[in-house]
Amino acid sequence: MDTTKLQKRAAVSAMLDPKIVMPAIRASFTKLDPRLMVKNPVMFVVEIVAALTTVIFLRDIITGGSGLGFTFQIIVWLWFTVLFANFAEAVAEGRGKAQAESLRKTRTESQAKLLTGAGRAFKMVPGTSLKVGDIVLVEAGDTIPSDGEVIEGVASVNEAAITGESAPVIRESGGDRSAVTGGTQVLSDWIRVRITAAQGSTFIDRMIKLVEGAERQKTPNEIALNILLAGLTIIFVFATVTIPSYAAYAGGSISVIVLVALFVTLIPTTIGALLSAIGIAGMDRLVRFNVLAMSGRAVEAAGDVDTLLLDKTGTITLGNRQATAFRPVRGVTEQELADAAQLASLADETPEGRSIVVLAKEKYGIRGRDMAELGATFIPFTAQTRMSGVDAGGSSVRKGAVDAMLNYVGGGAPLAVASGNAARAIQPAALSDLGREIQTIADEISKAGGTPLAVARDGKLLGVIQLKDIVKGGIRERFAELRRMGIRTIMITGDNPMTAAAIAAEAGVDDFLAQATPEDKLKLIRDEQAKGKLVAMCGDGTNDAPALAQADVGVAMNTGTQAAREAGNMVDLDSNPTKLIEVVEIGKQLLMTRGALTTFSIANDVAKYFAIIPAMFLAFYPQLNVLNVMNLSSPQSAILSAIIFNALIIIALIPLALKGVAYRAVGAGALLRRNLLIYGLGGIVIPFIGIKAIDLVVTALHLA
Amino acid sequence: MTVIGWLQIILFCAIIVALTKPLGWYMTRVFGGERTFLSPVLRPIEAGVYWISGVDEKREQHWLTYTVAMLLFHVGGFLIIYGVMRLQAVLPFNPAGQGAVAEDLSFNTAVSFITNTNWQNYGGESTLSYLVQMLGLTPQNFLSAATGIALAMALIRGFSRASMRTVGNFWVDVTRCTLYVLLPICVVYTLFLVWQGMPQTLGPYIEATTLEGARQTIAVGPVASQVAIKMLGTNGGGFFNANAAHPFENPTALSNFVQMLSIFALGAAMTNVFGRMVGNQRQGWAILSVMGVLFVAGVAITYWAEANGTSMLHALGLTGGNMEGKEVRFGIVASSLFAVVTTAASCGAVNAMHDSFTALGGMIPLINIELGEIIVGGVGAGMYGMLLFVILAIFVAGLMVGRTPEYVGKKIEAREVKMAMLAILVLPLMILGWTAVGVVYPAAVASTANAGPHGFTEVLYAFTSATGNNGSAFAGLTGNTFFYNLTLASAMFVGRFFMIVPAMAIAGSLAEKKSIPPSTGTFPTTGGLFVGLVVGVILIMGGLTFFPALALGPIVEHLAMNAGNLF
Repeated sequence: MDTTKLQKRAAVSAMLDPKIVMPAIRASFTKLDPRLMVKNPVMFVVEIVAALTTVIFLRDIITGGSGLGFTFQIIVWLWFTVLFANFAEAVAEGRGKAQAESLRKTRTESQAKLLTGAGRAFKMVPGTSLKVGDIVLVEAGDTIPSDGEVIEGVASVNEAAITGESAPVIRESGGDRSAVTGGTQVLSDWIRVRITAAQGSTFIDRMIKLVEGAERQKTPNEIALNILLAGLTIIFVFATVTIPSYAAYAGGSISVIVLVALFVTLIPTTIGALLSAIGIAGMDRLVRFNVLAMSGRAVEAAGDVDTLLLDKTGTITLGNRQATAFRPVRGVTEQELADAAQLASLADETPEGRSIVVLAKEKYGIRGRDMAELGATFIPFTAQTRMSGVDAGGSSVRKGAVDAMLNYVGGGAPLAVASGNAARAIQPAALSDLGREIQTIADEISKAGGTPLAVARDGKLLGVIQLKDIVKGGIRERFAELRRMGIRTIMITGDNPMTAAAIAAEAGVDDFLAQATPEDKLKLIRDEQAKGKLVAMCGDGTNDAPALAQADVGVAMNTGTQAAREAGNMVDLDSNPTKLIEVVEIGKQLLMTRGALTTFSIANDVAKYFAIIPAMFLAFYPQLNVLNVMNLSSPQSAILSAIIFNALIIIALIPLALKGVAYRAVGAGALLRRNLLIYGLGGIVIPFIGIKAIDLVVTALHLA
Repeated sequence: MTVIGWLQIILFCAIIVALTKPLGWYMTRVFGGERTFLSPVLRPIEAGVYWISGVDEKREQHWLTYTVAMLLFHVGGFLIIYGVMRLQAVLPFNPAGQGAVAEDLSFNTAVSFITNTNWQNYGGESTLSYLVQMLGLTPQNFLSAATGIALAMALIRGFSRASMRTVGNFWVDVTRCTLYVLLPICVVYTLFLVWQGMPQTLGPYIEATTLEGARQTIAVGPVASQVAIKMLGTNGGGFFNANAAHPFENPTALSNFVQMLSIFALGAAMTNVFGRMVGNQRQGWAILSVMGVLFVAGVAITYWAEANGTSMLHALGLTGGNMEGKEVRFGIVASSLFAVVTTAASCGAVNAMHDSFTALGGMIPLINIELGEIIVGGVGAGMYGMLLFVILAIFVAGLMVGRTPEYVGKKIEAREVKMAMLAILVLPLMILGWTAVGVVYPAAVASTANAGPHGFTEVLYAFTSATGNNGSAFAGLTGNTFFYNLTLASAMFVGRFFMIVPAMAIAGSLAEKKSIPPSTGTFPTTGGLFVGLVVGVILIMGGLTFFPALALGPIVEHLAMNAGNLF
């Protein structure tokens, strides 16, 4: 994670930023609209009773009731309770809005070069008029008009608008880096792009909607929690509406305002007020990590993940394997082998190829040679031959996977080029000896977690290049942490089982899938899911798309193909697969924050009962003053203090709701014990202290 | 409080714990359709029952079918009881010549017995013929108990199964429960009670001449057989009006002790059945521990309150505990323990008058029922009631481990929470709602025997007992009035069936879910933390719901008494 970027985004989200607070205060009032409030059942109920008591109060002013000052204060705090809830939601939304604003700026009205024929003839059209399937030309300096797929050309693209990363990235046709995003800018060269998203549904559009929370839908867990809160509210309706009848039996009466105060303090307003803020903040936290979740459901699922599938390359190991040694067969010197290996890799632009050249130079002093000077032709790697090399001056050099090379020198594979020497007959016995030796070396390398590449010159095997995966620093600790969270990690790799096992052991993953094809990956996910587990994975290629779609949490890399980005339910703008771990933590944090505040909210009620019940019945059962354990100064001040506490606690908890409860990778038992202690026991104790303190202030100010 | 008293309580708990495992093992086998030592005798009868009634025992039911079967079964039960009560004057086995029972009382009684409440607005010996007792009430004692266990089995299957649409077959479950569990135990139990001196006869009431020469009618009847199932099935409807305080219904200290054990035995064993079916007996023990903590706390408070007596009694020079309303044969500890057991377990049989307990001593039975009859609870009903609270506790606190809450491998989601809330809403709705009516409606207020908070508690207790399907009476309240016959019947009906249907919906929804293997990230549900959590949630939920009512009833009464005011 790039820290400067984090800070940049965090700065936008500072809670006390006036740019967020002022509109949020305004929004607190506009959100009083009952049509909006009804989505939050608990706060809607508070709004209704606040409105009703206001009406009663107005009637009492006209008819001249008594104790109006007290009633007025209660009503004011009832409205504050609702406003504070709206404020919490507005602040959470405000942080997203600020980000959406900066995104919107990038979505300038651009002109697009719509290609009209097969050539480079085009006409300028407004970007908004493009349809899916249109093909446009984007040249250096142009803004890409809409999401699309590069079908021809290669260009460097500035994607800072969506990733915040100013270093340009390469986008080219074919392969896994073909997707381009509308609103990003081509810096050099040109590309032909087939438009894949209609206006209004482009990636940036979706991103804006997501961070603004405009299309926020309640997640399954949020729905369940809302049901619980609504149920509790109904229970407290029964508990309070029956009280006047009980009081009448005892020969007393209870005023409506006192009942309303008891009711509002009892229903779970704290969590009711903060619930949507928690959800929005969870999404926002992901955005600050440069991960876009396509739905809140995906964030929640991330918290539940049981199995994490991680690609070896780039996630567990540094992206590229490096050549670390040349292992010649008997009768061949290391120098000879290094020379052949270097020659075979001269034109090989893959990182592995380059590392061979580097090793040959550093260790054996073999200078770089110019292909053209040698009159050499490069034989590129293909999936069929699984080898590459060079033909120069009647001699051919090849390097490749060990089994492919054995096959090659054994004559199983037809020779790609005419070469006198290459046609030399090889004695079967000699081959099997040589082959066995190569195989032995290769096995040794594999067992140690390396990848062997056999090298042959003119059909004679010279030895093996040892390529080694470099496991990322600190990754082992991350896996240990995941294990403590109860998450199983599975490494996916195309390597053979022996190499995979060695790297798996070195990295400390729980399991691995070797020689994995996309089908194997999909099957593994299905198998895990059949066992009732939730699976998360990340991927970038088109062949990852089915697995990404099948996984419960599929994080697509932003550098990936359009297909992959469509299939996943999250997109990582930094294209850093390790981030899956943070995504899981954020999901867990979201659920924990909800649970903690719900527990806190319910536990609070104990103290509120002890404040209000004695105050309520004191007129006809003075004995009940024994229950006034907080020794509150008067019934009025007790009731007022309870309702003030109830409103203020919402404000006090907004930072926690936005920041989330701290997650620690310890077992569920330890986590629960800790949170129960803080939010359960704390939830019982804190209001006793808080209400007493407010009572002292209320009494000192002669408010009641 | 005495050491002997506590030893009695400890012995009671120890025997219950010792019975839990073997009974749980046996019941698991019975409901799993496996062979037991009774199979050679009972299997042909079981098969015969299915053959006659056309039930295919292999065919399982969807939760909805299961529930509809259960409801139809109860409609039939209701009609039979109502019919024989209305017609008892013209039916046989009526040596005492009892006349037809009034419409409202028949209605109340029929609902009372099909709901496993056995609230008795009638006096058994002065209202009902032997036929009604035997044909109308005794079968319901078996069947309502069997129904409770069957429903609990269905819910347990919901937890233990994965990706299935069915939860068992209602007819098979009820038949097996009755044949293999209730009947065999009752046969042995009845013989034991007869040995202890309980009458078991179809002969007429005995006319006796007392020592003073007065003539006295001594009511007898098929008592032992009915008492056996009344206790075992947590029904609680006494043969006699005085219930287990009557010497013929509870002859000795031993019969008293065994009766208490039999109230808890099957309910406690259900926790073990649950543990076995979900594949980890410790899950069952954890649930039993939750029940145990609440139970022991209740016993301790009631025993303490009764043994200490009241300041008013002390002022009169009466040392020792409060003996008002208690059978001297049983004394304070056996009465306190019985009161807590019978209310914890939804039985409702009484061997002392709860009305005469001290304010706090009488509050515990009230709280026991208000918590939802889940401390062991009615056979089966206690188990599914407890599981509803577990679902809520897990849902609230389970989130705090950062995962969608799950219990024994099943995710607790919106549907489960909704249904659990619906079921739990029944308690405040019926208890608080009807009490609010009962304490202001003049015709209802007239039924109370005492004024002030004590009268309030009488009304509260009646609706609490009916809603919780407990059936014990606080006494003092005249229940056989038109108002109470109807309102209590509605409380019993809603308290039973509006809890069952949501519980069954949960069973169906859970059965369809996949089962998630546990990991270190899973909320641990077998340890002390879980037990403490569930106890806390039950107390807080119950406390928050009923605190105002309790404050105005027993709490204020207790405080007033200390200040010298009685009601």
